[in-house]
Amino acid sequence: MRAPESKCTVERGGFFQAVGKAIYWALQLRGPHGLLSCLSLRPERTRRRITDRPRSWAQEKAADVENVPPVISTPHHYLISIYRDKLFFVSVIQTEVPPLFVIEFLHRVADTFQDYFGECSEAAIKDNVVIVYELLEEMLDNGFPLATESNILKELIKPPTILRSVVNSITGSSNVGDTLPTGQLSNIPWRRAGVKYTNNEAYFDVVEEIDAIIDKSGSTVFAEIQGVIDACIKLSGMPDLSLSFMNPRLLDDVSFHPCIRFKRWESERVLSFIPPDGNFRLISYRVSSQNLVAIPVYVKHSISFKENSSCGRFDVTIGPKQNMGKTIEGVTVTVHMPKVVLNMNLTPTQGSYTFDPVTKVLTWDVGKITPQKLPSLKGLVNLQSGAPKPEENPSLNIQFKIQQLAISGLKVNRLDMYGEKYKPFKGVKYVTKAGKFQVRT
Amino acid sequence: MTDSKYFTTTKKGEIFELKAELNSDKKEKKKEAVKKVIASMTVGKDVSALFPDVVNCMQTDNLELKKLVYLYLMNYAKSQPDMAIMAVNTFVKDCEDPNPLIRALAVRTMGCIRVDKITEYLCEPLRKCLKDEDPYVRKTAAVCVAKLHDINAQLVEDQGFLDTLKDLISDSNPMVVANAVAALSEIAESHPSSNLLDLNPQSINKLLTALNECTEWGQIFILDCLANYTPKDDREAQSICERVTPRLSHANSAVVLSAVKVLMKFMEMLSKDLDYYGTLLKKLAPPLVTLLSAEPELQYVALRNINLIVQKRPEILKHEMKVFFVKYNDPIYVKLEKLDIMIRLASQANIAQVLAELKEYATEVDVDFVRKAVRAIGRCAIKVEQSAERCVSTLLDLIQTKVNYVVQEAIVVIKDIFRKYPNKYESVIATLCENLDSLDEPEARAAMIWIVGEYAERIDNADELLESFLEGFHDESTQVQLQLLTAIVKLFLKKPTETQELVQQVLSLATQDSDNPDLRDRGYIYWRLLSTDPVAAKEVVLAEKPLISEETDLIEPTLLDELICYIGTLASVYHKPPSAFVEGGRGVVHKSLPPRTASNESVESPETAPAGAPSNEQPDVIPTQGDLLGDLLNLDLGPPVSGPPLATSSVQMGAVDLLGGGLDSLMGDEPEGIGGPNFVAPPAAAVPANLGAPMGSGLSDLFDLTSGVGTLSGSYVAPKAVWLPAMKAKGLEISGTFTRQVGSISMDLQLTNKALQVMTDFAIQFNRNSFGLAPAAPLQVHAPLSPNQSVEISLPLNTVGSVMKMEPLNNLQVAVKNNIDVFYFSTLYPLHILFVEDGKMDRQMFLATWKDIPNENEAQFQIRDCPLNAEAVSSRLQSSNIFTVAKRNVEGQDMLYQSLKLTNGIWVLAELRIQPGNPNFTLSLKCRAPEVSQHVYQAYETILKN
Repeated sequence: MRAPESKCTVERGGFFQAVGKAIYWALQLRGPHGLLSCLSLRPERTRRRITDRPRSWAQEKAADVENVPPVISTPHHYLISIYRDKLFFVSVIQTEVPPLFVIEFLHRVADTFQDYFGECSEAAIKDNVVIVYELLEEMLDNGFPLATESNILKELIKPPTILRSVVNSITGSSNVGDTLPTGQLSNIPWRRAGVKYTNNEAYFDVVEEIDAIIDKSGSTVFAEIQGVIDACIKLSGMPDLSLSFMNPRLLDDVSFHPCIRFKRWESERVLSFIPPDGNFRLISYRVSSQNLVAIPVYVKHSISFKENSSCGRFDVTIGPKQNMGKTIEGVTVTVHMPKVVLNMNLTPTQGSYTFDPVTKVLTWDVGKITPQKLPSLKGLVNLQSGAPKPEENPSLNIQFKIQQLAISGLKVNRLDMYGEKYKPFKGVKYVTKAGKFQVRT
Repeated sequence: MTDSKYFTTTKKGEIFELKAELNSDKKEKKKEAVKKVIASMTVGKDVSALFPDVVNCMQTDNLELKKLVYLYLMNYAKSQPDMAIMAVNTFVKDCEDPNPLIRALAVRTMGCIRVDKITEYLCEPLRKCLKDEDPYVRKTAAVCVAKLHDINAQLVEDQGFLDTLKDLISDSNPMVVANAVAALSEIAESHPSSNLLDLNPQSINKLLTALNECTEWGQIFILDCLANYTPKDDREAQSICERVTPRLSHANSAVVLSAVKVLMKFMEMLSKDLDYYGTLLKKLAPPLVTLLSAEPELQYVALRNINLIVQKRPEILKHEMKVFFVKYNDPIYVKLEKLDIMIRLASQANIAQVLAELKEYATEVDVDFVRKAVRAIGRCAIKVEQSAERCVSTLLDLIQTKVNYVVQEAIVVIKDIFRKYPNKYESVIATLCENLDSLDEPEARAAMIWIVGEYAERIDNADELLESFLEGFHDESTQVQLQLLTAIVKLFLKKPTETQELVQQVLSLATQDSDNPDLRDRGYIYWRLLSTDPVAAKEVVLAEKPLISEETDLIEPTLLDELICYIGTLASVYHKPPSAFVEGGRGVVHKSLPPRTASNESVESPETAPAGAPSNEQPDVIPTQGDLLGDLLNLDLGPPVSGPPLATSSVQMGAVDLLGGGLDSLMGDEPEGIGGPNFVAPPAAAVPANLGAPMGSGLSDLFDLTSGVGTLSGSYVAPKAVWLPAMKAKGLEISGTFTRQVGSISMDLQLTNKALQVMTDFAIQFNRNSFGLAPAAPLQVHAPLSPNQSVEISLPLNTVGSVMKMEPLNNLQVAVKNNIDVFYFSTLYPLHILFVEDGKMDRQMFLATWKDIPNENEAQFQIRDCPLNAEAVSSRLQSSNIFTVAKRNVEGQDMLYQSLKLTNGIWVLAELRIQPGNPNFTLSLKCRAPEVSQHVYQAYETILKN
């Protein structure tokens, strides 16, 4: 990850938008070669000062990109940054501005790029620099966010497609909308008017991730479920939906999409809303009471290093526990081995493993767990000779997936639609995954 | 067909080619050319030469092309102001376009062009747009007012745009309201005094209505604006809170945090007995926890804010300890913050879990994190007494790992544990001593030396250990040197016979071979002390040290209250008030929590006193630097000293001891000895008649440093008054007064026996009082008091007693007991006995503090009929520790700027205006705790008129 300092160049001018006095923001691009480019839009008063700044900032922090603190002060500015997909998005501010406001906004910018270009990378941004410009211009005015809803932005600026650029170049038409987006000022700014589909569909994905810390002895130190309901709604007109649950009492810590009527939820525990068009996150929720969080896997492990010898033993077995009778699949175990580990010589009973001697990361791709034959990975660890036995114990990071199960037990009861006459297709899918699931050894 | 091609054109004739393309007849070609221009601009090429050609493309009905041209204009208009004028007509025309999108775009772009001439033309279109029928245009225009204000504030005011903007707060469209609020807030920021956002219940109601309907960003602006409002009573506060709480479920974390700010602030006004108060507390926890599952950047900001919130209201998150457990792949900045909060939430109930976690962390890879985890274990021991034993054994386990930085960190915290629980865990000293050689960090070395010095009598080879440090004395850091000096003096006082040589050696190293004034002074003081009065030396150096307090590094309460008002802002991330770091000298308004004004209860009872008002208790705040005298008693090592009152008062006593015996002889005897190195230290023997000499150069240092100590004359002493008449106390009459002399406060009492029987067994006790005054020694009446006899006693006082706010502030309730009965009386002490000797602020500091203290804390008084001139006033006040920081003559009047500090660390700043020939002075006092002002004024009166 470390960029050779000599190669750290900042192209002067850069790509930032200096907006009024409140927020100056820059897109910091950090390419795969450690090349930093700073593209800029509208460099006003503070052009010179700011373009110098990210350079020193990046150099100073280049060592470990993930650990760059999100708020950094420099003699004249504050830099607020996020790190996403190997890119830094940096906002340079001069006056007191709520940092969360800026960070949320930057994430929204990154989301929008992702949405428009399919990926959020330096190449994608360079390839679409004019659209990026136009988007930023629509998203921010003088430090005030304007339109950040993907529905509205797409009405203002059409996403690039190969077909469209060909058509545009033939007909001379543009990818900028000429009319005021309908949602912009209505009471439902998230939905555009005149939506039409031949097939009317409403799909909901209930996705739950288990965050957990399991200690050496296998007992749970901490566990919680981070759940979201993502929706994909393709319904004509102005549908008014209500979604109800079998067990809404599970949801006591919830964040809502702005479309949800809070009062209805408070009084009836029903999600009532006019949905945005397309994909969006309806709610996110957290279930934390310890007894509600089932831990679907267990891990038996023994990792030991012998004193004064250059080897150690590694033995990990993984098995199902509280899995509600469903199959656990997509299991991956990742271990950051101590620095003194030179190599590992292991035999998996199932799946395959790799060990990267540079990053010291062991990855074991297990696959599906069949209870009849528990997958295990055993073998020897080669240590650097002469080095003292490592102090720290590596933690195991586990990934897995369980289809058709929301581990919290959340179940959708029914979906009703009002306001439109047609009958939509409806569907709900459940999946449980490991989030930050770690086992200490 | 991607835009990256625009980046690759680097040919020489590029500009020329572009020019031709821009002037092409084909629309498509034109657009492509403008795109290329923008791309070139993006990578920093100078394409300003194309200005006229690009502007020519502006008149188009293609919206995309128009937008691109606008982009270009915003970039280059400033460098080409004359040509930018060419664009004005199109702008004005576009502002009349039937398409609202174009109208808005035009007014928005014009606002971004910072060219005066263009700005002039902006006024008319802007006025129209502010009243446009389309809300999209109105909301864009609202922001434009803020832009214009930044360019030319006067123009905005003259044109009446501010009023129009205020009207927009009542607009029917919520987005317009939100933008108007945002614009007004931004303008108000640069005019802190203006009353732009004149909030009243009606406008608040409008904002609350708009809050439900506007975009997430608008909600943030509105919530931040609401937070500046002070509801008139608890009912209004509650109704606002009720309407704000739904925002806690918003998906945008900035909305959530702004809502938390409003609630935290208004909660201050709610009575704790209210059911709603409890409901609100419960509602606050889940959203705060949810913030922690967001992206790490958001987590970081959330954690910094949670750190403030748990200090203010620990009850909110007390059951949520587990969410702060560190995951190994958290970024380091998140890990460190989580650790901090874990300690703050640690309690007896959860300490076992916390310790298990901390032990786990102490074996992690990241050095900074491990260090902090080890330190955290020590803090747990100090905070939760029941866990101390386990903490110490955990630390010992960690020391056994022999990982260098872990050992050093552990020793530093064990020293603190000793300070908290003296004589309890000394058994571990042996283990610590084994690791002496591996310590290479000053803090750890100093901690170890402190331990050796403090427990010298139990360590057989303490002298050898200390001697080993002495070899490289001059290579050590000051911290270690000072500690070594003190430790050896302690050792000497404990084992005088074997260590004479050692102490001589260190004293001469410190005084003669060192360039460091602190070290030299401390050396001299010890030297003098030892040679003058070893008994006193023992009392000073080996004095019982105050226990360190439980919570360390708490934010000072007034600052905390201010920061709570800034939740969600940069100030909350840096834990500093905005005035401390916002650049550019924009006036910053200080915010404070609203006082609790219940509609139906009285405010007065001390328990429910508004937490927002600065209280004079100032509890448990660790002074950032011990003052010099504090150093002497080695209170300086490590952070946790419990509160300034403790430190200063014991210091003052020390100072008296120091100078009481020493000074006269210093001044009088043997001046010729000065500078001579012929000091023979016979400290074990009696006090030498003639003083050793090395005081010469050091002496002046000493006095310079502590000018307060130098003033020999004490503060003004009122004549004794009868406090307890004989009638009321079965024949015992007590009269007395308070004095302050060179740093020590005493109560001078005259006890007269007017009864017929002999009085014995006197004792005295004070009730808790505002400044923690307490007797520093028992009341000693040596002989029985016979009838008609009186005795004069000077009772030394300190200010380390329990604190309770009294009414009036300087009320002191005293109980005196003798063989007959217990008697109670109360008296008022003059505040100036609490003015400490180091109450002189430096000028810069004075200016900054004066500005810093809100104006409503300023109090004005008249001092009448005082015949003195400025000089005399100044010197008289100085002898009572009111220091003149600066003096100015303004229009014939003398202005004295003065500072004083109370024993509990409260600073009072004064401006005294004296007109020659006029015996009436005007006194303005500013203080963070305004309730002391009245008493300070009385002190001025007393001092000046007597």
